[in-house]
Amino acid sequence: MSEISFTGTAFYEFLKEHKLMGSHCPHCGTVYAPPRPFCPTCMAADLEWVELSGAGKLASYSVIAIAPTAMLEAGYGRENLYCSGVVELAEGTRISAQILGVDVAHPENIVIGTPVKVAFIERGEGEARKTFLGFEVIA
Amino acid sequence: MARTKLSRGVAVVGAGMSKFGAFPGLATRDLFVDAFKEMLASVDKGLDARDIEALYIGNFSSDLFEGQAHVAPIMADWVGLTPRPATRVEDACASSGVALREGIIAIASGLYDMVLVGGIEKMTDLPTARVTDTLATAADVTYETPAGFTFPGLYASMATAYMAAYGAPLEAFLRVGLKNHEHGALNPKAQFGQRISDIMEARKASAAKKGKPIPTWVDEMAFLMDERANPTIAWPMRLYDCSPISDGAAAVLLVSEELATRFSNAPLYVVGSGQASDGATHDRPILTGIPAAQRAAQMAYAMAGITPADIALAEVHDCFTIAEIMATEDLGFFAPGEGWKAAIEGRTARTGDHPINVSGGLKSKGHPVGASGAGQVIEIWKQLRGEAGVRQLPGSLRFGLTHNVGGTGQTCAVHIFERR
Ligand SMILES: [Zn+2]
Repeated sequence: MSEISFTGTAFYEFLKEHKLMGSHCPHCGTVYAPPRPFCPTCMAADLEWVELSGAGKLASYSVIAIAPTAMLEAGYGRENLYCSGVVELAEGTRISAQILGVDVAHPENIVIGTPVKVAFIERGEGEARKTFLGFEVIA
Repeated sequence: MARTKLSRGVAVVGAGMSKFGAFPGLATRDLFVDAFKEMLASVDKGLDARDIEALYIGNFSSDLFEGQAHVAPIMADWVGLTPRPATRVEDACASSGVALREGIIAIASGLYDMVLVGGIEKMTDLPTARVTDTLATAADVTYETPAGFTFPGLYASMATAYMAAYGAPLEAFLRVGLKNHEHGALNPKAQFGQRISDIMEARKASAAKKGKPIPTWVDEMAFLMDERANPTIAWPMRLYDCSPISDGAAAVLLVSEELATRFSNAPLYVVGSGQASDGATHDRPILTGIPAAQRAAQMAYAMAGITPADIALAEVHDCFTIAEIMATEDLGFFAPGEGWKAAIEGRTARTGDHPINVSGGLKSKGHPVGASGAGQVIEIWKQLRGEAGVRQLPGSLRFGLTHNVGGTGQTCAVHIFERR
């Protein structure tokens, strides 16, 4: 058993240290990111933390013009579009993230299957600093 | 474990809805009273409402939308039904589809003979940004919304996966919106009951009145492809791909099957009910359909002992146009990857072989999220009974289906009704 629980809080604490962490089931070998405390594949409950390679490919995306409050505060919106997507990681699990390095002015040119690598997006200063999960297109 | 049938039959003997739209000054309870009155009037042989034994009320988020939680007893009180048990059911946009299923199960259990199912939502008091934030609480706020995903964004991401997998063009999505506005123009309860061509004419007239250059769209598709007329919300979903922000309520009266003809000349029998759950969008084996909808549909078809080909009409959860295309595949009307072609070919129009959303759907009729699932039943009630007026489908209709999705598919409830 891991000493650190598989919580969202722990996931984002690791992200602050620029580590993309998931959980690994020692029984069936499945890797989960976001990390799960319980393995839905084999119902095991003694999962272990694992650091992911950060390599993956784009599985779906959208270029968003009507932004939620948190993204408006980060400077995005109709005049500054951004891309969110689902990334399939090399370890086989999928996760949602902001996608960087794509041409948001021409969303029709973004290609599903494009290789991406993890990026750590810092927002806020000092105590308010938070790290968000991103992936960027591999140049 | 694998029980597929109800322990006893259940029928719909009354159904009503408020108008859907933006109603400043009206709270959910006011809209629910409208729906309740119309439901009462729809019971052919009359009803003493005091015979109702329990209420199940679907509501997504009156807490955030109107600052009012604990809404089920308020609804019971406002229609004179306290002290009967009143239970709120929350499964995001599938709240009242699931409330319907809870009501059905309650009667099938033998505990009650008559149950009122309601759906309510009051969304238009908040500014759009806060509505967007509130809807996003139906996604995973720990792992989806920090990625910047909005609700339209999540469905739009399924649209890009679908386009890449099946070669669907943008036109397919726009055709769904165009069709549902055509349908909604025949529905006096619809929030946006205008054809796209009507909207175009209104825009031209407005430009002329203001002395501005008059737009010259050659047809509806040109209007829908015009970024100024139809701005992108979350690419590839544009304004006319998205259901509106709405207020509304609906009410459905259920009784045990043996009581059905005591109240109704033409009851609808609940022959199929299915419900399923799922994880976040990114966690699913496919992004081009909704697994919970596929599973709920299989459960409902198995209970009814029928196939998708038997369904005369379906009201499906077109919160976004991509959602309707996926629904027509998840429900088995078309094979995976074929739904977009059917949309372009007009097969899902009221004149097609699989009429979908003849009410106008959520797109045109409106999407007061907690009321939408129960609202779908109203259309099936009217159509199967031959009471849909100018939008009545021809022929004798036997089976109608409702498909109500919560979130991006974390919940789905599917129901099948039969007119005998
Ligand atoms: Zn396992």
